[in-house]
Amino acid sequence: MTEIWEGLRQAALLIATLDPDLLQISARSLQVTLSATLIASAIGLPLGGMLAVYRFRARRGVIALMNAMMGLPPVVVGLIVYLLLSRSGPFGVFGLLFTPAAMIIAQVVILTPLIASIAHQALRELWAEYHDLLISLNTTRRQRIVTLLWDARRALLTAALAGFGRGIGEVGAIMIVGGNIDQATRVLTTAIALETGKGNFALALGLGFVLIAIAIGVNLAIHFASRTEVSSRW
Amino acid sequence: MTLKFAEKMCGKSLRCAALVLTISAMGTGAAFADTMRMAVTTSFHNSGLSDVLLPQIKADLDLEVQLLVVGTGQALRLGQAGDVDAILVHSKPAEEAFVVGGYGPHRTEIMYNDFVLIGPAADPAGIKDAADAAVALEAIRGAEVPFVSRGDDSGTHKKELSLWQNAGLDAAALAPNWYKAAGAGMGATLNTASGMNAYVMSDRASWLKFANKGDLELLFAGDPVLFNQYAYLPVSVELHPHVKADLAAQLEAWLVSDIAKELINGYRLNGEALFTFNAAE
Amino acid sequence: MVSATHSRILPLELSAATVKRRGRTLVGPIDLTLGRDGFTIVLGPNGAGKTSLLRLMHGLERPATGTVTWAADEDTSRAHQAYVFQHPTLMRRSVLDNVAYALTVHGTRRVEARDRAAAALTDVGLGDSLGKPAWVLSGGERQKLALARALIRHPQILFLDEPCASLDGGAIRDIEAILNRAHASGTRIVMITHDLGQARRLARDVLFIYKGRVHEAAPADTFFEGPATAEARAFVNGDILL
Repeated sequence: MTEIWEGLRQAALLIATLDPDLLQISARSLQVTLSATLIASAIGLPLGGMLAVYRFRARRGVIALMNAMMGLPPVVVGLIVYLLLSRSGPFGVFGLLFTPAAMIIAQVVILTPLIASIAHQALRELWAEYHDLLISLNTTRRQRIVTLLWDARRALLTAALAGFGRGIGEVGAIMIVGGNIDQATRVLTTAIALETGKGNFALALGLGFVLIAIAIGVNLAIHFASRTEVSSRW
Repeated sequence: MTLKFAEKMCGKSLRCAALVLTISAMGTGAAFADTMRMAVTTSFHNSGLSDVLLPQIKADLDLEVQLLVVGTGQALRLGQAGDVDAILVHSKPAEEAFVVGGYGPHRTEIMYNDFVLIGPAADPAGIKDAADAAVALEAIRGAEVPFVSRGDDSGTHKKELSLWQNAGLDAAALAPNWYKAAGAGMGATLNTASGMNAYVMSDRASWLKFANKGDLELLFAGDPVLFNQYAYLPVSVELHPHVKADLAAQLEAWLVSDIAKELINGYRLNGEALFTFNAAE
Repeated sequence: MVSATHSRILPLELSAATVKRRGRTLVGPIDLTLGRDGFTIVLGPNGAGKTSLLRLMHGLERPATGTVTWAADEDTSRAHQAYVFQHPTLMRRSVLDNVAYALTVHGTRRVEARDRAAAALTDVGLGDSLGKPAWVLSGGERQKLALARALIRHPQILFLDEPCASLDGGAIRDIEAILNRAHASGTRIVMITHDLGQARRLARDVLFIYKGRVHEAAPADTFFEGPATAEARAFVNGDILL
């Protein structure tokens, strides 16, 4: 118990003094996971829409694959991305290993199936509702997907937030592809792992509380923003 | 299939191209000062010596050294793959194999520190007054009290295995009811030992810095077999043309210089000297 | 916009057309021609296949056999028809945007689309509800919204599937007035109803559907004065048809 109190104290101290390392690490956590969430949403949301609207032969297979990929262990994703980006791997020439970009790539791989799958669930229901109308209005398939994405935007926001939640707390993949380099690729989760390894539980816990606060803060901020947007529109 | 869709999705709009550009930009960004990457072992990093050396290197050479803190095994792999520009590790046979394999032009000995045996304050195996490391380990085996091994193929782990061998014991044959392989870094292994109140071998620095000591104490040290030689190995530029060989050479020159000697020999943790500089002039 | 003289999509011709589901024939085979002008009421007992027939005409069902042929090419034909469903689909948008959508989706600029949608909604009596979310509307208002949305592009033909089921008298009167106006301004109407009174008020001609077939097709007067078949006679008399 004392360690938890000490952790809270440390968190408060870090925040109150605006610890520059903490700010940098937190900013990098946000940068990496927000970028990954945005890119994964840009891929996953339309993909969910296509799977809802298009009927093609491999559709069931793609959905099954997507759902299976939701359960991908981040460590394995990290390892595969690592091997791909390594100088001796196929994409080694880009020199991306141990950079924030590599961390973003790994997280995109982890988040996209999750976001696409949740989006697909929501869009499938809305498509069942809109199907006859949108066909009757002689819309193109592209317009159908765009319409579904727009009208289901609140559910899709939840999908994106679920992705963000998974990404911000993820450590296995970004540890491997980022390397936890001080001042370069260290983020909150890898810093926590590092401090735990040093036996600095209080500091680790303090960072953990900051992480939780950021995760909750982003959720609240986005929900608040979307609510004002929705109420002004309606 | 998924990929095909993704391509379709952004094929027309050039959004993908923009994304790729953004990602690449982030990859290469923040490179105003010269930067190079060096893989080091957890034990070196835990010592805190890097926090003293790196700022001085930055000041003297205008060189930002990015550390990848990994086990010796992974450090060597990183060097082999060309993912780092140099490595600083402590496992002589593996280092020599690295050079023989053509992955690096040479190895340069820089300094050494030592390993220590940690255990419960009550010392149930009675290793405190052992004549040497072999006797101490034999005593632990005889008492069958819990011992936590790194078990991660790191330099420290290899060192521990060689010590068992010196004592005439095969670590692989030790009974798992008391000999536990953590499969983790030094910190996590110390955490495990602290939780189990077990014996463990650690480098002195990691132990001194470790904050979760619990009931554990330093019980045995000083046997010369416990000395731990660190060596610096640049990565072969012939094998990996992108490697920053000139920076690695600058760093090497600095590491064997008198400035480095002073900093390394003068480094104290909790009042104790940790490293002894022994680079050839 | 409709360029009525150049791209007539009517007459519509069904030739031996059938709708099947899991091998069972729901509709047809049907041979039928719908001319350019008319206000057709589709009558028939529940399960006779009325809805399937309308969906077949509108292209929501593909003919299992036979053909459904419009006088214009497919794109033109699809652009000049509209459909009001029995349970109108309300998009998760404002009343105004529900109607404007039918225009913007075909390239009308947003500002213009909203102006025209507002005018159309005012015409059907929803001028006060433009900014409300569509889901707050009552049953009658929902049908009016659906009508405004269906009529906003001045379709050459409008299909309706029981638009007045379970509405009160006032709403029914409003909707019939809207339909008569649309018909007067040149829209061909094909409408399913269960309300024989409504059928008598609106119909110029009647399609009586029974067991998936066009059992009787006649001008309204002829049909209501003396149905040619025993089944139609029973239906008009209000008997139960199996």
